[in-house]
Amino acid sequence: MYEGAVQDLIDELGRLPGVGPKSAQRIAFHLLAADAGDVRRLVDALTEVKARVRFCEVCGNVAEAERCRICLDPRRSDEVICVVEEPKDVVAIERTREFRGRYHVLGGAINPIEGVGPDDLRTAELMSRLADGVVQEVILATDPNVEGEATATYLARLIGPMGITVSRLASGLPVGGDLEYADEVTLGRAFEGRRVVGR
Amino acid sequence: MYVSHLSLLDFRSYAAVDVELEPGPNAFVGRNGQGKTNLVEAIGYVATLGSHRVATDAPLIRAGAPRALVRTRIVRGDRASTVELEITPGKANRARINRGQPVRTRDVLGILRTVLFAPEDLALVKGDPDGRRRFLDQLVVQLLPRTAGLLGDYDRVVRQRSALLKSLRGLRAAGRSADLTTLEIWDAKAAQLGAQILAMRLQLLQALRPLVAGAYEQVSDADGAAELGYRASAAGAGDDDGGDGRALLPDDPGAAPPSAAELEQALLAAMAAARSQEVERGVTLVGPHRDDLVLTLGGLPAKGYASHGESWSFALALRLASYRLLGGGADAGDAAGAATPPALPAGGTFWDPDLGTDADPVLVLDDVFAELDVRRRERLAELVAPARQVLVTAAVPGDVPPGLLAARFDVTTGQVRRAA
Ligand SMILES: Nc1ncnc2c1ncn2[C@@H]1O[C@H](COP(=O)(O)OP(=O)(O)O)[C@@H](O)[C@H]1O
Ligand SMILES: [Mg+2]
Repeated sequence: MYEGAVQDLIDELGRLPGVGPKSAQRIAFHLLAADAGDVRRLVDALTEVKARVRFCEVCGNVAEAERCRICLDPRRSDEVICVVEEPKDVVAIERTREFRGRYHVLGGAINPIEGVGPDDLRTAELMSRLADGVVQEVILATDPNVEGEATATYLARLIGPMGITVSRLASGLPVGGDLEYADEVTLGRAFEGRRVVGR
Repeated sequence: MYVSHLSLLDFRSYAAVDVELEPGPNAFVGRNGQGKTNLVEAIGYVATLGSHRVATDAPLIRAGAPRALVRTRIVRGDRASTVELEITPGKANRARINRGQPVRTRDVLGILRTVLFAPEDLALVKGDPDGRRRFLDQLVVQLLPRTAGLLGDYDRVVRQRSALLKSLRGLRAAGRSADLTTLEIWDAKAAQLGAQILAMRLQLLQALRPLVAGAYEQVSDADGAAELGYRASAAGAGDDDGGDGRALLPDDPGAAPPSAAELEQALLAAMAAARSQEVERGVTLVGPHRDDLVLTLGGLPAKGYASHGESWSFALALRLASYRLLGGGADAGDAAGAATPPALPAGGTFWDPDLGTDADPVLVLDDVFAELDVRRRERLAELVAPARQVLVTAAVPGDVPPGLLAARFDVTTGQVRRAA
């Protein structure tokens, strides 16, 4: 235990995902020793991101306006929606340059252990985007793990009866993993080889 | 196959150690607590990516060290490969094969196979079902390494499903109605994965039955026939076999067990039948995680009926049968007449174990001879002596049968020395 401010910083850092107590301590002391200007830039970046960035009212991706860059892009197709768990998955898929449709970010996956059910995800928003008949295909690109699969199955059951093609990324992605860890080539191939799971 | 070299850095009590091993018998001798089991535990880790003593990696790291390194050289036929594992608790472990680029640790499975005999094996016969389930599943993974992912996924699905059942119980208690759509999805996943596990276990059992019966006869004086059965939580709910769930394993050891598709239907039906009870208790009551491997001796359950000696014979028979199923004794000309691996039952969709050349797994006997009476000790020694490689640990040289003392190592606090 350290005195007041230092310990407060360690505690706050330790609450970040992927940062254990040891790393928190290391980062805290790195910041203590760092140049005041460097720390100021970090603080500014944090403040900016909270002030400026919000979630796109259409797809749920990070955005700097009411709608994100992708939803505003007139060159992209409105007929295909790719459903992902997190904004970072959008980035991973964009890197492949395979996909020219729109996205829908769920904000997670069904996970009863953590108390996350379908109503805690942006499912209702997805369904209302599908209501006007423009969308022809929904690609389910949730993570290739147990929770991602369950979420995909749930959505396929919900969307299938609407007469929209539902497809799932081809296997070959690292099983049990995160979408973001797949390299571009693998992810691109999974996109091309997606299979229809409902219609 | 055999391990020709083992080196450890910060593994258990070892800061750094290098051991050159011989094919055939190797004996590690040293007083208790000197680090004998730690050595064979490291070799087992390379084969199974887990310890036979602890469920997590943390205790494997030498106290105060950040990570452990296990490096082995494995000779198979006329080829040698090195497998290197870096174990870091709380992070993804790393593996390298033949000093190449890092690979997923799972890619290491199948390069080295071991069969371990340990004093704890008695619990296979006398203990709880989870030890017997682990015995079956670990054997399946050794035969078909890719099933490790299936087992992990199933475990995760069951935990998710049970969490959902608990929350449904909460809703029910509060007098609110619950949406069962998501439960149906977890049912489907649990049934699909559970059926694959079940199908593999049943096929494994069909192959194992004659081997266990044969091995039991060899280690004991044939004081009754050793039989394997399977008690499935899914059977019995709805059919008329009295609910003891034996029906899934055919009586005829040569017959094909039900297919995964049939088992999936059986699991779904059993889950539907158990639903209200499951919601009430907030637990997944049906599936391979609730089943048991039934051991009987002369028609009586070994657990509760068998004597201490008979129980030991049964435990040894399970390990010897595993050894033979994994290709042990097939080309070593096992003195006691091990058969070639049995023809597997027809209709096995999962079952295509290509064990490769020189498959003979490494036998590890950790402190077991001290547990056995003279007769069993001699028989076991005779049965294992011809194996491609046997690693024996014992507190005193007198506990190692003479036929297994060919290469002797003295183990004292963190050091291993070849005895002259
Ligand atoms: N992570 C660890 N760090 C340091 N020492 C350990 C660790 N785990 C076990 N040990 C030590 O290893 C010894 C046990 O070694 P073991 O191989 O089980 O002995 P035996 O020779 O009786 O088989 C004990 O002295 C224990 O304190
Ligand atoms: Mg020991």
